[in-house]
Amino acid sequence: MSTEHPITFKRLQREESASFDRSTLDYIHRASNTGLYEIRGLGAKRKLPHFDDLVFLGASLSRYPLEGYREKCNTKTVLGTRFAKKPIVLDTPITVAGMSFGALSANVKEALGLAATAVGTSTTTGDGGMTQEERRSSKTLVYQCLPSRYGFNPDDVRKADAIEVVLGQGAKPGGGGMLLGQKVNPRVAAMRTLPEGVDQRSACRHPDWTGPDDLAIKIQELRELTDWEKPIYVKVGATRVFNDVKLAVHAGADVVVIDGMQGGTAATQTCFIEHVGIPTLAAVRQAVAALEDLDMKGKVQLIVSGGIRTGADVAKALALGADAVAIGQGVLMALGCNRDSYQQSGKVHSAEADYAALGTAAGFCHHCHTGKCPVGVTTQDAILEQRLEPEWGAKHLKNYLKTLTMELTTLARACGKQDVHHLEPEDLVALTVESAAMAQVPLAGTNWVPGRTG
Amino acid sequence: MESLKFDLSDGGVRPLNQYLHGPAAGLEGKHITVANPDGAHNIAVGMNAPVKVTVEGHAGYFAAGMNKLADVTIEGSAGTGVAENMMSGKVHVKGFASNSAGASAHGGLLVIDGDAGLRCGISLKGGDIVVGGSVGSFSGFMAQAGRMVICGNAGDALGDSLYEAVIYVKGAIKSLGADAQIEPLGDADITALTALLSAAGLQHDPRDFKRVASARSLYHWNADANQEY
Repeated sequence: MSTEHPITFKRLQREESASFDRSTLDYIHRASNTGLYEIRGLGAKRKLPHFDDLVFLGASLSRYPLEGYREKCNTKTVLGTRFAKKPIVLDTPITVAGMSFGALSANVKEALGLAATAVGTSTTTGDGGMTQEERRSSKTLVYQCLPSRYGFNPDDVRKADAIEVVLGQGAKPGGGGMLLGQKVNPRVAAMRTLPEGVDQRSACRHPDWTGPDDLAIKIQELRELTDWEKPIYVKVGATRVFNDVKLAVHAGADVVVIDGMQGGTAATQTCFIEHVGIPTLAAVRQAVAALEDLDMKGKVQLIVSGGIRTGADVAKALALGADAVAIGQGVLMALGCNRDSYQQSGKVHSAEADYAALGTAAGFCHHCHTGKCPVGVTTQDAILEQRLEPEWGAKHLKNYLKTLTMELTTLARACGKQDVHHLEPEDLVALTVESAAMAQVPLAGTNWVPGRTG
Repeated sequence: MESLKFDLSDGGVRPLNQYLHGPAAGLEGKHITVANPDGAHNIAVGMNAPVKVTVEGHAGYFAAGMNKLADVTIEGSAGTGVAENMMSGKVHVKGFASNSAGASAHGGLLVIDGDAGLRCGISLKGGDIVVGGSVGSFSGFMAQAGRMVICGNAGDALGDSLYEAVIYVKGAIKSLGADAQIEPLGDADITALTALLSAAGLQHDPRDFKRVASARSLYHWNADANQEY
């Protein structure tokens, strides 16, 4: 006797639950196996309202465009004009976001510096201090002051071109850093004053100040220490952006960095990455509104980060009011993150077996936290790190940053702008109601900006 | 010793700090007196020379912050973050110190004659701290390296999430933080205590102190630990 269901019911027998889909089942099975939350790298994977939901209104009859290849379009970007005697002057508004030595290898840090220097932009240190490699290779280096203060010392403050006080990051606003033991090799351990191989959990609050009034004094200390020369950035993970930006400005920041929830991380709980913070698109507009409210637009510069991938993303961020962007994950991908192969000593090698050993494949990998990066980017392993050769990495990253800058100027010219910083919200419309509401630009084909009356 | 006086009631901390950031050769061996500090913030921050500084009164936040090489005496009390992130040298507070005294200090010696507030020695990274009086709660939080000597009592959660720093306490400990434990004093501890107490100019019998160090049970993720950290 057959136990098969009648053929007409087969699809119902295989109906996937929307609430308990296969990813959710995997999650529950994993949780019930381990009793421990999942930790991973990179940023939010879920679909979010983003810059893709906006389009530019290119010039036509009511406005005229600039000739794409003949007329100049300025990309020069100046950061830190409020109090610092030596503001940061960049050739492009596209900067490299803060990423730690520890999360990344010394080779990668060197590649970042070489590429950034070649295109005239800045790189940023991370949790764990400044390496000689990155100071040597990066002409303009932003030095982070983080809650952990790992490797933080006044000599490096003096060597830096700007200081970034980090309150949080988009992947985990309210959380501290993490570096699992596999990546705490002897050099990383020594720089951070930690035992080798320890699963390092960084503090989420600064050790010597709490709240906006204290931050004002902390910023003053850093200014006094550097004789008021270097710009002070304040970086916040995007949550209560309007209030946080206002408080950062009141505390005396020269530059505010807002990192949206698509921002990456080397290791954070998945529940944190996917469920805390607001999308970058929503954060930009709120940050600009806060600056405008204080009449500080153009006086305090705004850097936006979190899921910026293309020249179009950069152009849209600038049009909404950012002065510059910072890119982390896109930069790592330019270096080969999630490629199926790597190049070493002039030869191409497949990385697929190493992805498979991590239980993943090129295109899906988020195993930065394991330190077993198949392409040698997010690792401290002596063999794996050789898979990213600084010159190869620098060349690819330079190409990526150049491409983005070219795309940015192409779009700016199409909107009739001689300077990428002249892009404005009026150049944009939204494709979805959500993005129209978040970015406060009209839904395409209408005059409707959700939430705006009159 | 060549002496120089800065009066903070006339011009604030900027001229003082700029002077102190001058070439080390020009500062070496000098004695700088800071008059009328009146709780000003950021007095003598970022020093990088073997210079002697005396603050004639109370200091505000971050006094002698990130000090290297200098020998600083604060004749009054100090605000939050005194000698924070010190690299080397000595800072001596004759009065009391507020919160986060010696936070993340990598080296040097911080001596506080009176009591210290909350989070004394938080994130300590190799510096030494000697407190003549008592310390507030969460002192030694996540301290990674270095030594703390507390001649009075300690508040709640002493040494929470300690790494390799060691804390010596003479008086009562209200409670220990996660992963901190009391261990027997060894000969090396007696030697260390003797030297630290002597450097601080304090008279105590080293054998009266308890040693607090990390049980190292939080060094690695553990699925069965119920995440109590």
